[in-house]
Amino acid sequence: MEALTTRAGTWFGLLILAIMAAALAHDSLFAIHMTIVAIATGIGLWWTLYGSSVDVAGNWLRPANDQSKYDDDPVRWGVIATLFWGMAGFAAGLFIALQLAFPELNFEPYLNFGRVRPLHTSAVIFAFGGNALIATSFYVVQRTCRARLAFPGLARFVFWGYQLFIVLAATGYLLGVTQSREYAEPEWYVDLWLTIVWVAYLAVFVGTIVKRKEPHIYVANWFYLAFILTIAMLHIVNNLAVPVSFLGSRSYSLFSGVQDALTQWWYGHNAVGFFLTAGFLAMMYYFVPKQAERPVYSYRLSIIHFWSLIFLYIWAGPHHLHYTALPDWAQTLGMVFSVMLWMPSWGGMINGLMTLNGAWDKIRTDPIIRMMVWALAFYGMSTFEGPLLSIKAVNSMSHYTDWTIGHVHSGALGWNGMITFAALYYLAPRLWGRERLYSLRMVNWHFWLATLGIVFYAASMWVAGMMQGYMWREYGADGYLVNSFAETVSAMWPMYVARAFGGLLYLAGAVIMVVNIWQTIAGKIREEAPLTTAKYNPDADRPAVAEPAE
Amino acid sequence: MGNKRIDDPTGTEFVGHEWDGIEELNTPLPRWWLWTFYATIVWAIGFVIVYPAIPMIDRATSGYFGWSSRGQLADELAAEESRRAPIFEAIASTPLAELPFNEELMTQAVAGGAAAFRVHCVQCHGANAAGSEGYPNLTDDEWLWGGNMEEIEYTITHGIRQPGGADTRTSEMPAFGRDGILSGEQVDQVADYVLSLTGRGQGSAAGAELFANNCTVCHGEDGGGLREFGTPSLNDAVWLYGDSREAIRHQVMDPRHGVMPAWEERLDPATIRMLAAYVHSLGGGEDFVEVAADPAVMEPDEQE
Repeated sequence: MEALTTRAGTWFGLLILAIMAAALAHDSLFAIHMTIVAIATGIGLWWTLYGSSVDVAGNWLRPANDQSKYDDDPVRWGVIATLFWGMAGFAAGLFIALQLAFPELNFEPYLNFGRVRPLHTSAVIFAFGGNALIATSFYVVQRTCRARLAFPGLARFVFWGYQLFIVLAATGYLLGVTQSREYAEPEWYVDLWLTIVWVAYLAVFVGTIVKRKEPHIYVANWFYLAFILTIAMLHIVNNLAVPVSFLGSRSYSLFSGVQDALTQWWYGHNAVGFFLTAGFLAMMYYFVPKQAERPVYSYRLSIIHFWSLIFLYIWAGPHHLHYTALPDWAQTLGMVFSVMLWMPSWGGMINGLMTLNGAWDKIRTDPIIRMMVWALAFYGMSTFEGPLLSIKAVNSMSHYTDWTIGHVHSGALGWNGMITFAALYYLAPRLWGRERLYSLRMVNWHFWLATLGIVFYAASMWVAGMMQGYMWREYGADGYLVNSFAETVSAMWPMYVARAFGGLLYLAGAVIMVVNIWQTIAGKIREEAPLTTAKYNPDADRPAVAEPAE
Repeated sequence: MGNKRIDDPTGTEFVGHEWDGIEELNTPLPRWWLWTFYATIVWAIGFVIVYPAIPMIDRATSGYFGWSSRGQLADELAAEESRRAPIFEAIASTPLAELPFNEELMTQAVAGGAAAFRVHCVQCHGANAAGSEGYPNLTDDEWLWGGNMEEIEYTITHGIRQPGGADTRTSEMPAFGRDGILSGEQVDQVADYVLSLTGRGQGSAAGAELFANNCTVCHGEDGGGLREFGTPSLNDAVWLYGDSREAIRHQVMDPRHGVMPAWEERLDPATIRMLAAYVHSLGGGEDFVEVAADPAVMEPDEQE
């Protein structure tokens, strides 16, 4: 009872604070955000007081007390949140791709490209990718430690707190609240909130590792831990800022000029390195061996590539600032560290792909394995392309062009998307206690739609980017520039349309996934012919041998 | 170590750990992987030695090659500049009236002008130089301030209504409506009369009289525009701010005036001359009067 009073009192206090902040806000945007916070705390208060009498969905929002099972509620919510935000993020991506091809689709002011673009990037990276990472990390860390989550209440706080962060970030972008930092657009108060949530996440994760029943820490958990720790550091340093008012939505960065640029790209590049690479490698290290039912290829490789990746990645950020005001020495270091990063990145691909040794036939029969292999292939390709693009001679042509966009998306759609889809397909039947997925054939459809979508996306952006880069620097025989900027834009138009088409295919594949997992959760199983291949008859597979004449 | 379990399909030892059914093999690092990794490290060390890389107390190491990005840019610009210098000099020193007769120089001037146009002019006049509302089309033969090469060069050099520019081209149409020179009704009558100049409607006698008293001094008796004031013609199909009755009424009521920068502040005389040659070549360039007077020298007109 005392605990209930304390918790209700805390929620009530926060509610009053949020209402006061909304009432005293210096600008209407801050007032809107504090109203959202007030609504969230109001829901928290109501749930604390009356939640126990609510019996929707078997009361599964409460911590389950069955100590003989893993604590999977936050994982289940995370899977649903991943699907939801994934759809939102992919749709936003398709929308801005269409805006670039058809500028009439810019609806001022809330739905112009400048506001929807960060909505897309944050939705896919932090909402889709972040929920996938949090959910899978909670799933994986419990199983590889043979221990339930430490601090179950805190784990639930992490999930819901993270959703509140996403809502505040997303509404802020559309309303015009931004500190204009790449992949870190939310303003100071949202950043503070995320810091609290992230520290709670770290506590749950480390707490679970500490109470593990296994003698060793599995490699997936090294990667998850590197991801959580480094993102905390990056987030805090990059977002150091002075608010104009503690009741307003504006702040000024602690950094300025080229120091600010370097801080932003130190953050931005390592968001790729530790969020989209280390975190998803952690997913790979659990789900690939589980789905393939094979041991991990090389323990030694996992150690060497983990530490070399972690050490080298953090220095590579300056390659985003080649040929800028950044001093030459920093550019040089950014480039050489990026090139040295090539093999450590590929270590993860080798370890993933070669885990299939002895089970390569599953690529033919198991569409989930096929997705994983494809994800690793795209991972390998984009981690080769990255060092290539960081070389100054290449970068002088590719920088500021759509080649960069193509590079990012072959990594994001191919690697992050595909490995996440595969993990979700692995998780859904297990989390909801179903015999199998609703439909494996739909997984196959998803695979091919996504693959085709990526091909359209990446190929069109490669062509567009190189065309753009070469048109910008094209000199005629007389030594004069040949093209104006607007001419390069109009030349890229067909590629922009092809890119949007690729995005549409990718989104269509994701819609199939949502239906499939939805039906799986609902407990249905689609009647379908199993995935098989043509029969092989070894007796018939031999040359005709001339019969000796009698 | 010899008694370790062996994974059948690969023939490799297990490490011996197990988590949730996942085991690990003790496969050695792939040789090619390791040697490529070493190679990138060796290359990186070499690169760091020859290029600026290590931050010291007050500056970074400058590298064995002594390379810097600023130095490279300066070298490339200097090389390009010295390559072009003879042409720039020739263009700057050739009297403008003679430029069209020097085919080689003219070709260079038009090409250089086109390049400079893409950098400095397309923002307002458009990539195809066709302009847009408020920004004159440079491809037609309608010229506010004159369309021969000298006039164009003057316009580019000194700009139009450049604040503080002593020689800038300037004119200002009074705000007849806003400042109460004409009543609202009279503005309507003038607008209707202006429409009638292009055959749209009849216009009234009152409108004609108002036009004669207020407008002809700058726009000419027939509304054809006068170059010395930079006034647009009102009797053709070219309209800078729109041809609707509402747009014309707006110009009489409270006119808008465009501003073009004086490019002498940013470009060298040769580049401005090249821009003039390029704009002149777009389709509507006019010949010098003295040239036009002599049909024999009409031929080199680049219009043909």
